[in-house]
Amino acid sequence: MLSDQDRIFTNLYNQGDWGLKGALSRGSWSQTKSFIDRGRDWITDEVKSSGLRGRGGAGFPTGLKWSFMPKVSDGRPHYLVVNADESEPGTCKDREIMRHDPHHLVEGCLLAGRAMDAHHAYIYVRGEFVREREALQAAVDQAYDANLIGKNNVHGWDFDIIVHHGAGAYICGEETALLESLEGKKGQPRLKPPFPAGMGLYGCPTTVNNVESIAVVPEILRRGGSWFAGLGRENNTGSKLFCVSGHVNTPATFEEEMGIPFGELIDKHCGGIRGGWDNLLAVIPGGSSVPCVPGDKMRDAIMDFDGLRDVGSSLGTAAVIVMDKSTDIIAAIARLSAFYKHESCGQCTPCREGTGWMNRVMERMVRGEAQKREIDMLFEVTKQVEGHTICALGDAAAWPIQGLIKNFRPVIEERIDQYTHNAKADGAVPSIAAE
Amino acid sequence: MSVRRLAEDQVQPEGFAFNAENLKWAKQTIAKYPEGRQQSAVIPLLMRAQDQDGWVTKRCIEHVADMLEMPYIRVLEVATFYTQFQLKPVGTKAHIQVCGTTPCMLRGSEDLIKVCKSKINDKPFETNASGTLSWEEVECLGACVNAPMMMVFKDTYEDLTPERLEEIINEFEAGKDVKVGPQIDRQFSAPEGGMVTLTEVPTRKETKVAKAPAKRAPAKAAASKPKATKAAKAEAPKVAVKKPVAKAAVKPADANAPLFDAPAGDKDDLKLISGVGPVLERKLNELGITQFAQVAKLTKKQITEVDDRLSFKGRIERDDWKAQAKALAKGGAEEYRKVFGKDPR
Repeated sequence: MLSDQDRIFTNLYNQGDWGLKGALSRGSWSQTKSFIDRGRDWITDEVKSSGLRGRGGAGFPTGLKWSFMPKVSDGRPHYLVVNADESEPGTCKDREIMRHDPHHLVEGCLLAGRAMDAHHAYIYVRGEFVREREALQAAVDQAYDANLIGKNNVHGWDFDIIVHHGAGAYICGEETALLESLEGKKGQPRLKPPFPAGMGLYGCPTTVNNVESIAVVPEILRRGGSWFAGLGRENNTGSKLFCVSGHVNTPATFEEEMGIPFGELIDKHCGGIRGGWDNLLAVIPGGSSVPCVPGDKMRDAIMDFDGLRDVGSSLGTAAVIVMDKSTDIIAAIARLSAFYKHESCGQCTPCREGTGWMNRVMERMVRGEAQKREIDMLFEVTKQVEGHTICALGDAAAWPIQGLIKNFRPVIEERIDQYTHNAKADGAVPSIAAE
Repeated sequence: MSVRRLAEDQVQPEGFAFNAENLKWAKQTIAKYPEGRQQSAVIPLLMRAQDQDGWVTKRCIEHVADMLEMPYIRVLEVATFYTQFQLKPVGTKAHIQVCGTTPCMLRGSEDLIKVCKSKINDKPFETNASGTLSWEEVECLGACVNAPMMMVFKDTYEDLTPERLEEIINEFEAGKDVKVGPQIDRQFSAPEGGMVTLTEVPTRKETKVAKAPAKRAPAKAAASKPKATKAAKAEAPKVAVKKPVAKAAVKPADANAPLFDAPAGDKDDLKLISGVGPVLERKLNELGITQFAQVAKLTKKQITEVDDRLSFKGRIERDDWKAQAKALAKGGAEEYRKVFGKDPR
């Protein structure tokens, strides 16, 4: 288990004071000026050497992403946009950062801004996080008051932070949809290229980063990239906030070293699986968009990007949804289909029509009111949605269903058999069930 | 996607205005964004309007559009796209948003919805008999480790049980203060029964920050109006600005000159013509068109010219502005009703 000394988010449960005074007592805002003075290349290199991979789900190396920003400005301002539109079902880590450790984020914005020559940061908080937004805004105001950010601040790098918010659209977590929304439009993703680093917010070079990716930067610089790289495994370094929900004895959000085995994660932090390990049915290890993994494969799985790829899933946002054997797995995945249907932005036909179609079929599968060949058809359709849309929401809608069919096909077939059997006993055989 | 439409005309109020405090806040918010990018403030403004009135009305959408100089349709798009905007009146004391997505569902949100159905209304978005309470099922609210949970206006209520939800609904109905956050003995998202991590206080050297000099005031000013014009100006030439495409009919030299001599007398409210909003009205005024009579008398050639200037093809004829303007010029709204059988606009 990660030692408390190595934790970055030391006020995760608000045991202390989340404000500036508390943050200073926990070491925030120290040496910041010396990092700024060392220049953008030093900051970017340090982050690169730490091996930090983006914490928003895709796991793209953060330092590399920053280096895509133009080296020489062509007159357009550069923007840092922080993606705090945390809406992935199962995920609730950025919420804790914003309401309990906001100064990590504010300081991180300044340092990341320096690394990409940006003088402005926009933080896009999801609309439902009202109290979190208020806390973050208060922290930003405190930083302005103490002259830590703003014009002519003590760090010698003019920097403004604007806290913006959305209004309940999951798709705005996609970076280009977020930029559209920030510009005051419907949040419909843009085609790439041009990539945001060339033409993003207001047509200017922009980098969009997850809250956690930015918030860990100050501590990485203070303790050195090699410290962060020393945690976890190669290519999967550092510590990470995990959120474990569902059927564990004590669900919780906590910071843990990358690469911890799933069994240890659950036993140490969450009081074990409800009803014991034999009662584990399946796990969605990285937020709703990743395929579910059967319980028996999961116990020894390594919780990092590569480790979970080996079991056919992905770390995503490290939001672990645990399901025990009391779960109706078909209904659980069908509910996710309903979620994606609700959140599709309607721009691309395969996703707009496909999510609705998949949801309707899934609802019949829950009852068993389907034919077995429709399972293959459903799988086929998910393959037609996947990869044929502008953004990844189509993929995200397809993967949970693919995971279900790959791992739990016998359960679906049994449900169909049961329905057919019951229908016969009743005398009334719905045409669709009378195979 | 969900289909969302504005409420029926019968329930739409006559007008909308921000109260003094919100208006001041709105102006500050608009000033946060670079010049020419006021449109960015549309979501915060609509949200503030919803906080003030409880829901987003048609007049509110128009008001916000006028404030930000946006076409109505763009604001309407935003209001209907984002599901947090309530387009119909909801319960005045509490609008209960139960999260129903899988992590909450696994921990029993379906039972919470049953409670809402039995205690408030069988249907979501419908209020109870006294109009004080309503409910809906929403998608993930981002508090999954505290499932099942719900949100009422700005606060979340977490780790619920059906019994506790019934109590909470009663407390809202009675107008009592309800405990927010986790409803069980738990420190935010820490495990129930006490923290497992962060039990020893990590030793970090305290940061000494030099006391901010008398800079407080300028720093604050920067906070409320952080966008310097420098940035906006610097980007201005680089950003593609959608300009009306000048067609052959209009010579580039006089692209901004008025086409008509503005007539003497008062301006008419051109917005009464169906198809003309505040933005178009301003543009028409700039072209020198201020009265209905002028619109009614437009020749075919002039229509083409105006069309080009306003950069939309054939709308003047499609919406038959001439006939509308003729009626309005003759007898105002009353004549319009007689001719078209409906209110103007």
